[in-house]
Amino acid sequence: MCKIVIPASVRPIDCDVHLAVPNTRALLPYLDDYWREHIIRRGIDGDNLELSAYPPNAPLNCRPDWRPQQGLPGSQFEQLRDHVLEPFQPRFVICNVLHGSQIMFSEDLSAALCRAINNWIAAEWLDRDPRLRASIVVPAHSPELAVAEIERRADDRRFVQVLMLAMTEMPLGRRQHWPIYQAAEHLDLPIGIHAGSSFRHPPSALGWSSYYLEDYVSQAPGFSGVLNSLVTEGVFNKFPRLKVVLIESGVSWLPAHFWRINKTWRGVRSETPWVDRVPSEIIREHVRLTVQPFDDPPDKALVQTILDEIGSDEMLLFSTDYPHWHFEGTDAIPPGLPSDVLTKILADNALATYARLN
Amino acid sequence: MTRHIVATVDEIAPGTCKIVTVKGREIGVFHINNEFFALINRCPHQGAQLCRGALLSRLESPGPGEYSLTRQGEMLRCPWHCWEFDVRTGQSWCDPDSVHARTFAVEVEPGEKLAKGPFEAETVPVSVEQNYVVITV
Ligand code: FES
Repeated sequence: MCKIVIPASVRPIDCDVHLAVPNTRALLPYLDDYWREHIIRRGIDGDNLELSAYPPNAPLNCRPDWRPQQGLPGSQFEQLRDHVLEPFQPRFVICNVLHGSQIMFSEDLSAALCRAINNWIAAEWLDRDPRLRASIVVPAHSPELAVAEIERRADDRRFVQVLMLAMTEMPLGRRQHWPIYQAAEHLDLPIGIHAGSSFRHPPSALGWSSYYLEDYVSQAPGFSGVLNSLVTEGVFNKFPRLKVVLIESGVSWLPAHFWRINKTWRGVRSETPWVDRVPSEIIREHVRLTVQPFDDPPDKALVQTILDEIGSDEMLLFSTDYPHWHFEGTDAIPPGLPSDVLTKILADNALATYARLN
Repeated sequence: MTRHIVATVDEIAPGTCKIVTVKGREIGVFHINNEFFALINRCPHQGAQLCRGALLSRLESPGPGEYSLTRQGEMLRCPWHCWEFDVRTGQSWCDPDSVHARTFAVEVEPGEKLAKGPFEAETVPVSVEQNYVVITV
């Protein structure tokens, strides 16, 4: 199958690009006095407070020709300009920051750092290029503080989404999280759910794994659990306008998930009577997935079968997942994706998902 | 289509079902809230004896955490995989348009009228004093 290139007439919307906070010192100007001194006093300003999902030198973590000579991949605007903005000529780029602030035990420190990161994103990135958009980083385990941060940031419409992690302490559908969803729905912000964990509970239903491979592969079942939880807890009944974007979830597991949840729902739906239609229908309506990485089968003709089974051409959103290494050059469109739905995947679906891009 | 006398009214206690065989087909005749209903005793899913399932209410919910029961005892739950069927229409709850169990028309007739025929009563002797459940198959 031949390579699919982005048509010259389409300016794509890149729904997943990663920015890295170079180090905690970079956040000091954006922290309020108390927390600035707190961080310096504790001596953690030299630490990156990175979310250690990827070993920093893992090849996947940064495409070799994108790896900077110094500093973290994705930490400098000039790199993003040269690697994404110039070659892809995107209409918009949605920037996601993954950072330890999202999962810290101390809810207040967590919230203070999230605030600082959002301020840093606005000042050091969004202000530098009108095409840049971002997700609001929140202390999701502290819904009250998360909502306060969402509301504080929401006036700036360049923040288009709220970012959460797939595998945290509490399944994402649980009512504890509902204030976040309520604020997000009200303010036209989809919930972006990125692969990741809070790393203080077993990353799989089987407990603690020994090796990185297990941990990495268990992300996809993690997303499957997220969908189960959101649907069965009734999040989409309660917040009918809410959209959820799964980021770096992979795609090809979805048809199998549909089959299983639809089938089982028929027999056990009485436990959750608010789930009053086939779960796949609810998921199709509310959930979107970014297309990098795309777990495509070796036989590219089967991609069409997967899409047919997904049963919607509105669910997939273009992404480069910069600076992670999934493709070479500008071949960001996964092989096998049918060209007739390409404009939808490249831009229209994102416009329909993110009200704030319009 | 022929009419078949399948039971006396008193024979089927409220909330229960009598399974009869008519024209070689097993049919469950239900007595629910002073009405009678008849459904094929075969689940459209994988063929379980549907009419041996439990009679439950229709469960509805306006939203998460809110529970309400309507139409008490009018939903039949298949004993195998618990799909629910409406005894009035035979429609499944999960996929009412394409998954349904066959239903049959049921009437209650006095023996006096039945004595004049035409009807077929394979197993039920008719006396003029009784009321009977008649199904059309
Ligand atoms: S056989 Fe009745 S639900 Fe499966």
